[in-house]
Amino acid sequence: MYSYNEFDEAFVRERVAQFSQQVARRIDGSLTEDEFKPLRLMNGLYLQLHAYMLRVAIPYGTLNPNQMRQLAHIAETWDKGYGHFTTRQNIQFNWPLLKDVPAMLSALADVGMHAIQTSGNCVRNVTSDHFAGAAADEIEDPRPYAELLRQWSTDHPEFSFLPRKFKIAITGAPNDRAVTKAHDIGLRMVRGPKGQPGFEVLVGGGLGRTPMIGQVVREFLPIEDLLPYTEAILSVYNLLGRRDNKYKARIKITVHETGLDEIRRLVEERFAEIRPTFHGHDQDLLEDIRAAFAPPAFRNAPTDAHDAALADPVYRAWADTNLAAHRNAQYAIVTISLKKHGETPGDATADQMRLMADLAERYGHGELRISHEQNVILPHVHKADLPAVHAALRGAGLGTANIGLISDMIACPGMDYCALATARSIPVAQDIATRFDELKLEHDVGPLKIKISGCINACGHHHVGHIGILGLDRAGVENYQITLGGDGTETAVIGERAGPGFAYDEIVPAIERLVQAYLKNREAPEETFLEAYRRLGLGPFKAALYPAEGKQDAA
Amino acid sequence: MSRKFTPKVVTANDLLIGDVVYLTADNRWTREHHEAELIEDEAHAQLRLLDGAAQKNVVVGVYLADAIAGPDGPEPIHFREVFRTRGPSNYAMGKQVGELPGPRQH
Repeated sequence: MYSYNEFDEAFVRERVAQFSQQVARRIDGSLTEDEFKPLRLMNGLYLQLHAYMLRVAIPYGTLNPNQMRQLAHIAETWDKGYGHFTTRQNIQFNWPLLKDVPAMLSALADVGMHAIQTSGNCVRNVTSDHFAGAAADEIEDPRPYAELLRQWSTDHPEFSFLPRKFKIAITGAPNDRAVTKAHDIGLRMVRGPKGQPGFEVLVGGGLGRTPMIGQVVREFLPIEDLLPYTEAILSVYNLLGRRDNKYKARIKITVHETGLDEIRRLVEERFAEIRPTFHGHDQDLLEDIRAAFAPPAFRNAPTDAHDAALADPVYRAWADTNLAAHRNAQYAIVTISLKKHGETPGDATADQMRLMADLAERYGHGELRISHEQNVILPHVHKADLPAVHAALRGAGLGTANIGLISDMIACPGMDYCALATARSIPVAQDIATRFDELKLEHDVGPLKIKISGCINACGHHHVGHIGILGLDRAGVENYQITLGGDGTETAVIGERAGPGFAYDEIVPAIERLVQAYLKNREAPEETFLEAYRRLGLGPFKAALYPAEGKQDAA
Repeated sequence: MSRKFTPKVVTANDLLIGDVVYLTADNRWTREHHEAELIEDEAHAQLRLLDGAAQKNVVVGVYLADAIAGPDGPEPIHFREVFRTRGPSNYAMGKQVGELPGPRQH
């Protein structure tokens, strides 16, 4: 994986030194809050409900064991002993003191990490497929391109004050695990007419108060055009994007108001202008970056231990849900669930972080990934080592066999931590997971993605949940709207609102009724919730959600 | 007819630690909601808001929050303000256990 060079190191150290001075000046009163706020946000520091929050970038979700250990150290030394992994592959520390943040940033710099551009109207952390470089279905590892975009966009003078934040996601596989269609720019690796790899470029996707699926602005972009074409899109957006209304400032609104064809014309025009100014240095850099992402030396060994362990039903259940196909048949991709029933989705304690780092080092060729679904991945584990990995995970409360199931929920921090939230997310997610654990239905129900957001900004991706839950403030009480049929994959679609919302104490029973309606109406156990919804439509699910309405209609 | 004024407290976050604080009648910032000054007059509320906001090097994000008189002092009305008086739902952290932000106190 990529390691900082001397320039990166010096750049990040300089930023830490600058911010240390800025914090000191804020504390001694030389800077007002109005002056300080944009400076702290440029360094990922927010002020939330109960405390400050530091958001740290994990570029394309990739970490090495030392970096994970350093996150554990930071959590213990300057926070309350845990960290929260987010849907944008970042980690957030919820309780730092203002005076400690420079030390935290310095500790991050020690392992080649930072919090730059995790806030503000700039290009945010470039996200990617969490199985990148390992997945059996992959055309090519997308991370070198993500790293190239990261280097290009960091402190880019033209794009540091965009109309709004800007999010790019990239996948190297046809199965989209990076929600590319819900990003400002989505890059999907495809093969060109001669079989060469390139990108399908989508623009104008996004969730939030105006959810939209991205549209294809270029069907095939050669790899060597990635930077100039991305620059052309941002340049057009920087010019046309609305600065008069923050709610209409995202590129999805620009695309919607301007029209895709006109946006395409403007982007192509700008691309033609700037393309000649790229003389190939970016491709030289890309070659260097590619070398840093060379696959590990996979070993050749029998997989009998794994095959034998499958006789144990506990191991079998975990293998069925938490393992994914690796490009090397002797290997597996392990998803470590941070969704133990009743726990906070996405949280890991310092001890758990250290254990995951140790496992990555001992069994995983030194690689870890953070998924946008708030889990941790060991991308390269030989099948012979899987029983040992499973045993170690179980011992640390990390062995939950629920990836892709009901309790593997995305949940934003909601009003328990976030100043923007209008209702809580975490306790709802905890209660749903606990309830279905009690019912022992989870594995019978099968693949089902529930996603919950505590406000309209949709950090919990509720619009693309098979079942989406949106927490709102309705006349001073928490209220939860349900959307159905959303999908965040290559067949992405925005979910349909089911009807009136539910009070806090009604939302878990409502979800239970929905799932029972699915179980009652599915054609066979193989038909997933989403497939059943697509076949049946809203009707039977709405009837389950609002039984009183049905009685009124009958009367 | 003018709208009936809902009593208020002045609240903010502590600049240095981020903790939720309330302005008292004797001009202190307290961590306890029930120690806040319950302001029942609209004009006085605006003045107290200015008093709080003027302390730029002590607190940030000063605003007026609805409150009601309780047996032990002001009580919050809106659920957001209730959460701010106690801390998060998922962990015993923050005000509900007397903790300040920063590293876990052992």
